[in-house]
Amino acid sequence: MEILIAAIIGILTATGVFLTLRGHTFPVVLGLTLLAYAVNVFLFAMGRLTSGLPAVINPAQGGYTDPLPQALVLTAIVIAFGMTAFLIVLALKARGELGNDHVDGRTDGDLK
Amino acid sequence: MSSMNIVSFLPVITPLLAGVLILLARVGGLNLQRLLSLLSVLLLLFVALDLMQNAVQGVPQVYALGNWVAPFGIVLVLDGLSALMVLITALLALPALWYAVTTKIDARGAHFHVLFQLQLFGLNGAFMTGDVFNLFVFFEVLLLASYGLLLHGGGAQRTKAGLHYVAINLIGSTLFLFAVGALYGVLGTLNMADMAVKVSQAPAEDLGVIAAAGLLLLLVFGLKAAMFPLYLWLPQAYANTSAPVAALFAIMTKVGLYAIIRVHGLVFGDSAGELAYFYTPWVLGMGLITLLLAAFGVMAARGLREQVAYLVLASVATLLIGIGLNSVEAMSATLFYLIHSTLIAGGFFLLADLIARGRGGERFVSMAAMPQAVLLGATFVFAAIAMSGLPPLSGFIGKVLILMAALNHPAFMLVLAVVLLAGLLMIIAVARAGSLLFYNVQNDMPSGEPLNKSAYAAVVWLLAGAALMVVLAHPLTQLTDAIAGQLSQTPFYVQTVLSTPAVGGT
Repeated sequence: MEILIAAIIGILTATGVFLTLRGHTFPVVLGLTLLAYAVNVFLFAMGRLTSGLPAVINPAQGGYTDPLPQALVLTAIVIAFGMTAFLIVLALKARGELGNDHVDGRTDGDLK
Repeated sequence: MSSMNIVSFLPVITPLLAGVLILLARVGGLNLQRLLSLLSVLLLLFVALDLMQNAVQGVPQVYALGNWVAPFGIVLVLDGLSALMVLITALLALPALWYAVTTKIDARGAHFHVLFQLQLFGLNGAFMTGDVFNLFVFFEVLLLASYGLLLHGGGAQRTKAGLHYVAINLIGSTLFLFAVGALYGVLGTLNMADMAVKVSQAPAEDLGVIAAAGLLLLLVFGLKAAMFPLYLWLPQAYANTSAPVAALFAIMTKVGLYAIIRVHGLVFGDSAGELAYFYTPWVLGMGLITLLLAAFGVMAARGLREQVAYLVLASVATLLIGIGLNSVEAMSATLFYLIHSTLIAGGFFLLADLIARGRGGERFVSMAAMPQAVLLGATFVFAAIAMSGLPPLSGFIGKVLILMAALNHPAFMLVLAVVLLAGLLMIIAVARAGSLLFYNVQNDMPSGEPLNKSAYAAVVWLLAGAALMVVLAHPLTQLTDAIAGQLSQTPFYVQTVLSTPAVGGT
């Protein structure tokens, strides 16, 4: 399970970084979303990967699942959701005001 | 140990409640919103003054939110540094808000006052929290409010600058979470004081991960503070937003600096063993590079607002150097310069807007002569002297204090050379800007708006700080010495936070 989680975080981050570096707003928004997913899984893993254990300490069980990272992930998800919604609206506004969807407001003709 | 009385909680709760109230007061019209907003900031100012008096002497005050004691719950901690930052915020927010009201900039879009109050909520919360994850949440609050404020008024340039600002800060937030997550994974705590304890007890094989997470955190705070190479967002964002927002943003870069002093100074302080102050060479080096590049930026600026934005960057870089020098004297000098640079930068942004209104534009090209050019010109000279650190104003004292503290550092030759060279470049650039703005006029062009006297009062309020800080230099340096002394006593801070009992408990 560790390898799988690590690979997921790695792939999500790499894809996110690649997309964030693109020149148009839509890939950038997608990239930031993927980065947010990656960090959520990362935070989750920081409470150590356990399965089938209770979140509240129970003397009858051999261990427990750390509930704090789950609370952190929940907060992070809500914040990332709000920020993404804002960014999408801002990207649409930029598309309307600048006349194109390049992050610098330039058309492809300017870039050559 | 002293628990916190309700006054200490006011800087956080006042702007939040005021923000909600102002939103509801929309039915009463803009004037009611303005009144509420100004009242809230005035209250903040008095509360901040009261807290400052209590905070300098005595122990840090701890408020356990929901009565959950540290390290299990989130605590608000008010010590000298927090009180100082809250006070500077209030001192800056009042004239910025006054300027927005008197120039009717707040009427150019909806919810200016709501966003302004939420911005103050985020700022004060970030300055007072004792929990790293809570710091992240308050960062998000102040960032989200700042996105709205930055875009207030609209315009294509502003939207473009806003898009960059939002994207870079979202990446910063993601990195913040990675750093906090890694620290939690290794140390098992989020409370800053408890982190300091856990770092001092960490086994040797964990130190690498802790150091990496600490530097990642430095990167995030460096992004907020606009440290090289992460400063490129700042000039565009500050130059393109409206004047009162740019003035308020003078404190935004200081949030990053505050977080470096607070989190890194506490967690990676004396008690951190092998990792004690491992971050300071990075801060010093990056500060020096930032200062040089900022000076080039000041010289290359094509408009006054862009130039002031680069001057803000230069002041941030000087503060980074002060932190990087890593001594009690340097910290005291840094705090003195921090008060100075925040107030003067805010005043300079407002002044730039007044000048732009008078001559019809802020670009360094020949334009109409402005009304009341003598008064505005004299104010410009005053602000330029304060900002570039010439005697007799407070910028000079602040720089001298930092350079004196630098003399004990092994790299003092480099620090002195860079700071003095950058200062010279900035003086040349600002002098050139002044002559272009005030002497290079076209008499056949119609001049812009006459000077708005009430708006000018806001500029006077902020720039008067430069003169007052010279007159009161002795008590102020005593104050910053006391705060720097508190900051060097990390074991005492840690013990106070961790031993504060729950209210009504034992």
